[in-house]
Amino acid sequence: MTKLKKLIDKCELLAFDLNFKKAKKWKLENDNRVLVGYMPIYFPREIIHAAAGLPVGILGVGDRKQIIVGDAYYQSYICHIPRGIIEMALSKNFDDFDGFLFPSICDVIRNLSGMFQMSGVGKFAKYMDFPQDFNSHIGGKFYIQEMQSVLDKIKKINNVDVTNEHLNRSIKLYNINRRLIEKIYDIRQEFPWRLAAIDVYHILRAGMVIPVEEHNEMLELVIAEISNDIGEPMDNIRVVVTSSFCEQPPVSLIRTIEQSGCYIIDDDFMLGSRWIQGDVEEDTDNPLLALSEAYIKKSTFSSSVYDVGNPKGVRLIALAKKRKTDGIIFAAPSFCDPALLDSPLYQKACERENVRYINFQYHENIGQFKVIKEQVGAFSDSIKLWEI
Amino acid sequence: MSQTVKKERSMILQKEMIGGLFKELGTAKELGKKVVYTFVPGNLSELIRSFDMLPVYPEINALQSGMRKKSRAYIREAEKWGHSEDVCTYVKCDVGMMLKGNIGPTGEKVPEPDLLLLSYTGCFTFLKWFENLERMYPGVPVALLHTPYQENGEITNEMTEYMVKQLEEDVIPKMELVSGKKFNREKLKTILQHSADTEDLIVKIFDTTKNRPSPIDAYFAGVYYIGPINIGFRGTPQATEYYQELYNEIQERIRLGLGPVTPEGEMEEERFRLVVEGPPNWTSFREFWKLFYDMGAVIVSSSYTRVGGVYKNGFRHNPDRLLESLAEYCMGCYTNMNLKQRVEMLEEEIKDYHADGFLVNSIKSCNSFSAGQLMMMRSLEDKLGVPVGFIESDLVDPRYFSYSNIKNRLESFFQMLEQRKLIMNS
Ligand code: SF4
Ligand code: SF4
Repeated sequence: MTKLKKLIDKCELLAFDLNFKKAKKWKLENDNRVLVGYMPIYFPREIIHAAAGLPVGILGVGDRKQIIVGDAYYQSYICHIPRGIIEMALSKNFDDFDGFLFPSICDVIRNLSGMFQMSGVGKFAKYMDFPQDFNSHIGGKFYIQEMQSVLDKIKKINNVDVTNEHLNRSIKLYNINRRLIEKIYDIRQEFPWRLAAIDVYHILRAGMVIPVEEHNEMLELVIAEISNDIGEPMDNIRVVVTSSFCEQPPVSLIRTIEQSGCYIIDDDFMLGSRWIQGDVEEDTDNPLLALSEAYIKKSTFSSSVYDVGNPKGVRLIALAKKRKTDGIIFAAPSFCDPALLDSPLYQKACERENVRYINFQYHENIGQFKVIKEQVGAFSDSIKLWEI
Repeated sequence: MSQTVKKERSMILQKEMIGGLFKELGTAKELGKKVVYTFVPGNLSELIRSFDMLPVYPEINALQSGMRKKSRAYIREAEKWGHSEDVCTYVKCDVGMMLKGNIGPTGEKVPEPDLLLLSYTGCFTFLKWFENLERMYPGVPVALLHTPYQENGEITNEMTEYMVKQLEEDVIPKMELVSGKKFNREKLKTILQHSADTEDLIVKIFDTTKNRPSPIDAYFAGVYYIGPINIGFRGTPQATEYYQELYNEIQERIRLGLGPVTPEGEMEEERFRLVVEGPPNWTSFREFWKLFYDMGAVIVSSSYTRVGGVYKNGFRHNPDRLLESLAEYCMGCYTNMNLKQRVEMLEEEIKDYHADGFLVNSIKSCNSFSAGQLMMMRSLEDKLGVPVGFIESDLVDPRYFSYSNIKNRLESFFQMLEQRKLIMNS
């Protein structure tokens, strides 16, 4: 087995360990360590890291756990992801977690924070209100207060004083992490056959549940491996997959897209890990301000951000062009208001710019891909036949 | 059921107020009045009025379209345009109405906006809705007021400060620009005093359900009662007059020992007292209501009448804290309260108004209400031992109103309440 294959297998296990064994083991190694779960999509993980914590991404159960009690908490017309999360909470998968963060993306996640509070899971459950005002002295200031309130909650648990030095160190590590991830995307842009999209998915998702230091080492290794001329190119079209930023598509869906003739050159599956475009300023005497400025000025486009003045359709098309893709696949979870209400706006932008697209919906545990396979296959064929 | 439905003076007043507003909107462009599109929860009616501008509430248009059986066609139009079947139907109804020429509920064209004021309280979908509107009205200035959620069950100084700064540096300057008028603190003070007076009356009105029989239905009639404050009359002397009149009429009903007025006359026997959570269905509103009054069920309190502001807890607009109180008003709306607070509020109401049962009308469109409702329901059942019921419908999409389903569920619920009464009495 090659080094790369071994690593990918390890990442897959980590990514889908719904008992978070690795994270829990990490916590046991030191008394003041804390585990803080966070929901999609973005959270400034740097502050948890600086407070002797491990931020653990909670992305739902996918098709890996049968929902028994979770369905009793949600009506049929609500998306799937919160059912699995509440199921995990009630099945004690989050034992040893100290707290939970619910970044503002939609009312389902928002109200899930209340459900955690009511169930008494963890020592805190905080809805994190990301500012929609993008002025540093208004929204930025509010964001700093929000981050500080998270730090205060953690300090109450582990009594660790977070210094600027700690924060700067964490910022550096996450800057490296983002750079390495972008490097992988850049290499794949030229040579997508060197690493399958599903492998990228496992590698990035593993990074949500392990210490960033370890993930950076893994990413270095991946880059070293895929810098070699490996794999065989196929006659695939090149696409961006978008709208899958919260409830995750089942991995078989990602595989189906690639097997139906599309290289996924860019996507928003792990949007949180790639949220900040570029580096957060390092070595400042006000690192929270640096994180806030990065959020205010360097956030990617997203359904969770009010986009007036900087239309997301334009930004998506710019991304599709930068990555030299042939089309866009809108794959959104069923009943996901943020993704689905954006779809017509994105699609009108595609039509204006003559960018080819298809769209379909999924939920995290669908098991049938025949229709999607045919749709993606037809999309790929039509582009190959007429446009390449 | 008594068959005579006499129009009370308050009803006539309300009709005049609403008719007048739509008339004003109809001539707004000719008269050079500026029009602001905004939302009901956390609405800044007072501020808009202080600049002599007129508000348009897309949700009100949507609900009116639902009641006038126009929403189905509008929703279809929005779906043809690219919207998914799965998303909030209020948005689709509004988008469809615009695509069809923006003819409002009264048959007149709704004037185009001069300002899009996204005061974004208690619902993330508002944000998406306004992104859609912004594309439909390119070039119209957008003012955004982000209302922080009461995630910890409180309004902190930082949250208020964040909102006040947005008001000072974005919302008010944009209103000045669009209206061509300077912000007038004194004028706003007077308006806020009227708001506070109105809010006092609203609390007194909804508190009358403590009586047996309850003189009003706090859900089906309640949505009419909150109409004037939800469509921009809060802060006007007309609103105070309306609510004073309504209050007097209700007092008279109490004196005479009368139950609520329904579309088919007075409800004669009050059999069940309920607290209801969730918005109503608009497309079959009358049928829906009838299912309750036919069974002698009266709603003594409903969370929905608090979407445009919660006043029972003591909040009042305060002329001495102008912008702060606007901010606190926005943050205090029902859907901006965390689930724990919502449960506590409902618990209090079940107790205060001596409800026999608690019912959830879960709305397909509305995650802001619906996500978490089942847990809230169970929590109330556990805490109070009160019978709970659950029905599902939609606001304005008739495809999701199943009369027989709702009827069956309600019948079982009422049977359960009946049995419980028998047990309690014995
Ligand atoms: S999938 Fe969409 S609707 Fe569901 S929780 Fe995530 S963002 Fe919200
Ligand atoms: S989700 Fe609910 S509160 Fe939000 S716009 Fe739709 S109906 Fe209104």
